[in-house]
Amino acid sequence: MSEPILQVRDLVKHFPVTRGVVFRRTIGHVRAVDGVSLDLHPGETLGVVGESGCGKSTLAQVLMRLTPPTSGTATFEGQDLFAKRGADLTAWRRDMQIVLQDPYTSLNPRKTVGDVVGEPFDIHPEVAPKGDRRRRVQELLEVVGLNPEHIRRYPHQFSGGQRQRIGIARALALRPKVIVCDEPVSALDVSIQAQVLNLLSDLQREFGLAYLFIAHDLGVVRHLCDRVAVMYLGSIVETGTAEEIYTRASHPYTQALLSSVPVPDPSLRGRREAIRLEGDVPSPADPPSGCRFRTRCPKAAPVCAEDPPALEVRDGTDHPAACHFAAPPHLVRAD
Amino acid sequence: MTEPLLAARPADTEPEPEPDAAEVSGLWTDAWRQLRRRPLFWVASVIILVLLVMAFFPSLFTSIDPRATDLAGSGSEPGPDAIFGRDLQGHDVFARAVYGAGPTLAVGVLATLGTVLVGALAGLLGGFRGGWQDSLLSRFAEIFAGLPFVLGGIVILTTFNPPGQPVPESRLIFQVVTTITVLSWPIAMRIMRAATITAKQQDYVKAARALGAGPLRIVFRHILPNTLAPVLVYATIQLGAFIGAEATLSFLGIGLKDPVVSWGVMIAESQDRVAQIPHAILFPAGFLVVTVLAFVMLGDAVRDALDPRGR
Repeated sequence: MSEPILQVRDLVKHFPVTRGVVFRRTIGHVRAVDGVSLDLHPGETLGVVGESGCGKSTLAQVLMRLTPPTSGTATFEGQDLFAKRGADLTAWRRDMQIVLQDPYTSLNPRKTVGDVVGEPFDIHPEVAPKGDRRRRVQELLEVVGLNPEHIRRYPHQFSGGQRQRIGIARALALRPKVIVCDEPVSALDVSIQAQVLNLLSDLQREFGLAYLFIAHDLGVVRHLCDRVAVMYLGSIVETGTAEEIYTRASHPYTQALLSSVPVPDPSLRGRREAIRLEGDVPSPADPPSGCRFRTRCPKAAPVCAEDPPALEVRDGTDHPAACHFAAPPHLVRAD
Repeated sequence: MTEPLLAARPADTEPEPEPDAAEVSGLWTDAWRQLRRRPLFWVASVIILVLLVMAFFPSLFTSIDPRATDLAGSGSEPGPDAIFGRDLQGHDVFARAVYGAGPTLAVGVLATLGTVLVGALAGLLGGFRGGWQDSLLSRFAEIFAGLPFVLGGIVILTTFNPPGQPVPESRLIFQVVTTITVLSWPIAMRIMRAATITAKQQDYVKAARALGAGPLRIVFRHILPNTLAPVLVYATIQLGAFIGAEATLSFLGIGLKDPVVSWGVMIAESQDRVAQIPHAILFPAGFLVVTVLAFVMLGDAVRDALDPRGR
């Protein structure tokens, strides 16, 4: 396999919880991202899946250098990502861009579409000569399936799906190598989700993009992702190729997520064993000891409270999972 | 009001891409295109223009000396002799109202400008930077917000102008403007700070940062256009309030005073005899109402034009 374009090791992001107005004291930390390692190869799609509040979006923001990490390293094409400063950082931003979740707040309501999509060229004037920008913006609009004549319209004149396409055009403007998609379809209607996902996969083929695709729903990422990492409370609990995850998930959390994907065929409904998770995600400010998932895990045993399981391949499985009792799904049913 | 607009201009027009002249678009050009079609904007502009001409060239409107007194005609009704009548001292009310436009507008407009510029800048800075800079600015603003207006005005103005000494007109106007600004900017700051904090958290700011936008671009291109509306509304309302505040200071004998004429001075002088000489207070008050209304209408039209959703 080729050299990874983005390599993340033991990334940690803690947010301090403070009390007091004049004399602030830190009374704890929210462990939003707690030791995440992942590799992203050129041209591939890595799905990061997990419930709300598991740290997916924080991971995206740290990797986009929007907020500093607490510890850990990340390299982009072999260079230390967190050491980049000034012009170096600005130049790197051309290579890595983000598509944000909510198309209703991710576009400035007082800027025309032409200004929104053209802003990357204002910030990076070396990419396109001034006279060429309008044409480039119209090209981009066409690429994402919008009418290039609409360059003078304002965001509120577009639907949610169209706005998300504008956001994609903006991210695409600088011809990045990696695009972080932070739940790009979860705010859209189901009928529109498929259109946007298809657009993303077409663009990947056309421009050779690598996606770090964040989602809270395994079903959405299924046909887009080459590899999937499942996150729970700030850590990756299972990772593997899409096929491994979707057919042979070995972590009980992944199995529970998979069993919550709706079944389209009514005659098959109810045949599959549904694993329902009880209770809520524990607070990331005070995570459980040992395995983070043990409070909701159907397989929890005393060892889980003491010994945090490592993310590794275990007997009977073919990909890494962070569970002492990792096992393919049919063994779960035999339990 | 146009001053926050002007404040945004320097940083805003500079990085504007220059497509062919006929194709220009953008918030400010679209806003101007929209404004030109609004009758409200033209009505307000004409009124303000007339007032400005009156302020700079009062002799175009009347040949009567506003300081000339005709004690025999004290309190006389409007008539051919004096079209707005005469006040208690026998001054011609119309001439005084015309000559009062200058100091009144100077105080009102300059105090609004000062309040909004100081407050908006402090609010932008505090809201955008956050942390200790925000805490420092906010606590500093609270000191001024805590001073009662009248008491603060008395202390400041009597410190600089010991009673009994004549003060040149322009210096007095400057002092009154400064006093009002110093005592009123915290409110503009709070409005701007709240709007800035809201705008700062929007995803479009995040997207701009991910593109590599610097803090100046984020503040002037993304945050400021989205925070102008509340400050604009506040400014247009405050303009009237400041003219009133000037009248209060005049009434206390520490603001503008004879021989300087202002509508506030006229209202303050006449309010003891509303029943006997109503025209001496009604005419300056009417001028005041029309002026404030014109600025409110202008502010309203500009705010609407700056909101693309309203088009």
